[in-house]
Amino acid sequence: MNSSPATTNASLMARGMTALREKGDIELYANVFVIAWAVIITLWQGTGFAVTLGTVFCIWAILSVSLNLVVGYTGLLSVGHIGFFGIGAYGMAILTSDTSYELLRTESIAQFGWPFFAALPVCVIAAGAVALAVGAVFNRFRDDIYVLVSFGFAIIAFNVFLSWRGLTRGAYGIRDVARPKIGSWEVSGELDFLILCAVFLLIVVGISWFLVSSSFGRVLKAIREDEQVAQVFGYRTTFYKLAIWVISAMMAGLAGGLFGSFTTFVDPNSFILLESMLLVSIVILGGLASIRGSLLGALAFVLLEEGMRFIPFLPSEFVGQARQVVLGVLLVLLMLFRPQGLAGRYKL
Amino acid sequence: MTESPETSTAAETNGSADTSNLLELVDISVHYGAVVGLHEVSLAVKKGELVAVMGPNGAGKSTVLKAIMGLAPVVGGTVYLRGQPLDVATHEIVKQGVAFVPQGRRVFTHLTIEENLRMGCLHVSDPSEQQRRLDSIFTLFPILRTKSSDYASAMSGGQQQMLAIGRGLMAGPDVLLLDEPTLGLAPIIVSEVFEKVSEISQTLNTTIMVVEHNIKGILDIADRAYVLNNGRIAHDGTPETVQETDILTDVFLGRVADGEL
Repeated sequence: MNSSPATTNASLMARGMTALREKGDIELYANVFVIAWAVIITLWQGTGFAVTLGTVFCIWAILSVSLNLVVGYTGLLSVGHIGFFGIGAYGMAILTSDTSYELLRTESIAQFGWPFFAALPVCVIAAGAVALAVGAVFNRFRDDIYVLVSFGFAIIAFNVFLSWRGLTRGAYGIRDVARPKIGSWEVSGELDFLILCAVFLLIVVGISWFLVSSSFGRVLKAIREDEQVAQVFGYRTTFYKLAIWVISAMMAGLAGGLFGSFTTFVDPNSFILLESMLLVSIVILGGLASIRGSLLGALAFVLLEEGMRFIPFLPSEFVGQARQVVLGVLLVLLMLFRPQGLAGRYKL
Repeated sequence: MTESPETSTAAETNGSADTSNLLELVDISVHYGAVVGLHEVSLAVKKGELVAVMGPNGAGKSTVLKAIMGLAPVVGGTVYLRGQPLDVATHEIVKQGVAFVPQGRRVFTHLTIEENLRMGCLHVSDPSEQQRRLDSIFTLFPILRTKSSDYASAMSGGQQQMLAIGRGLMAGPDVLLLDEPTLGLAPIIVSEVFEKVSEISQTLNTTIMVVEHNIKGILDIADRAYVLNNGRIAHDGTPETVQETDILTDVFLGRVADGEL
């Protein structure tokens, strides 16, 4: 007996949706769409804007790739990553800014006047050291409790940035953060800075790829799936969890150092909890346990952030909120139809 | 938690810790808060034996294995391996020669079959030895070789059970602990699993302790059996003595009170 046309259509649609969910096509479509969007914006707004966009992308990509090591590969849903980003940014600002604030009648802080490349390793190490101390405590937790304690870390970090005015100048922020200088080549131009950020992004992606492809990465995935069984087979899971947490935090510290130098001004508003949540959203949107996904997610996010201001019918005062609404809607749609994200295979 | 060295020595002089046993539990008690999981359970496994642990739900069968692996809150007693107290952290136990195949398979579903198997031999640093073990598992379970690049999530329950046992064997254990290896499997697969367990016991000479609810199947292949009831040993003997007495009927129907054990 033949089925009715309506039933046939419904079943065809269902099959189509299943194919869309299961096949890698959606990743290809997303790649093409996002890259086309980037090209359009570049052609429309000029290369100067594209260079800025590229730099912001590199910084967010370092952040999202590093967070994916913890959230996607190891299964520890941390919403506190922004804290390490902040440590990196403030490290760069404190160590390199040599502006005299007395003239501005605002709070004064110690001036170190270090060059960029001396400060950057300190940013990375400082983030790693804080991660080591925090991670030793966090290792006791898993799942929803882990989310809560990492939430607590993000709140504490923000309040330290805001309140430790002798070090961070609190809400006033620190300006004139140094730009990098290599010999006589001062990386002051936007394109130069983009190249520098891209090099660091490549290094981070390379390290991450090496880690997740190695036997170390296999253990991380095993911990995500069943930590107790990993222990039974001889894996000291607390060591692995702590190691990837510290490595990930160091990468975020690197991104923070670049961000501080890029914007030349650092204040606590860049490190609020919402930013951390957006970062987690990028990782989920791109795909858990997928480095490619995190790059795609970061690019989509940056284009959304920067691209929406050019929508003609959208009043400029609503752009900020509209971005978050669009991102929220995208996340809901994604969770409904493709819970593993654009390029991922795992669900939360 | 294990006893102090003084207590262990005392246990040995009492004849409780027999050095001819490969694995021995002496007076092991496990408490889950106010609930008693095991009460002074003592049992022993000799080298090369296939020992079954049976009993009704909640009798403490799986808890015995968890106590050995350091996964249960042991409040008293000692586990001995080769006559020495086994008082190391869970992740160290496999290096001592004890591998655990947990209930419900618990394979790493997002790793490939080969990756799952390789997870079993962390402490083997020699790649050629790893490959040799892998090949021997593939010989024992040919289906795993055929599907070695597939994700474990794509396997059936029976195949996942073979993978779980194979992963345990990759550790090259002297003692293999199997927790309910036939749980949730189709009858035809159940007999296949028992055949494989028997084959491992006989050809690899691996000592096996298996917790099982499928009484008929396990008694056909076991050398000895322990029957647990309410966290205590109700009976131990050969499969024949277990079947001759009415102990299984009694414990499963709740005819044995705690005081009678």
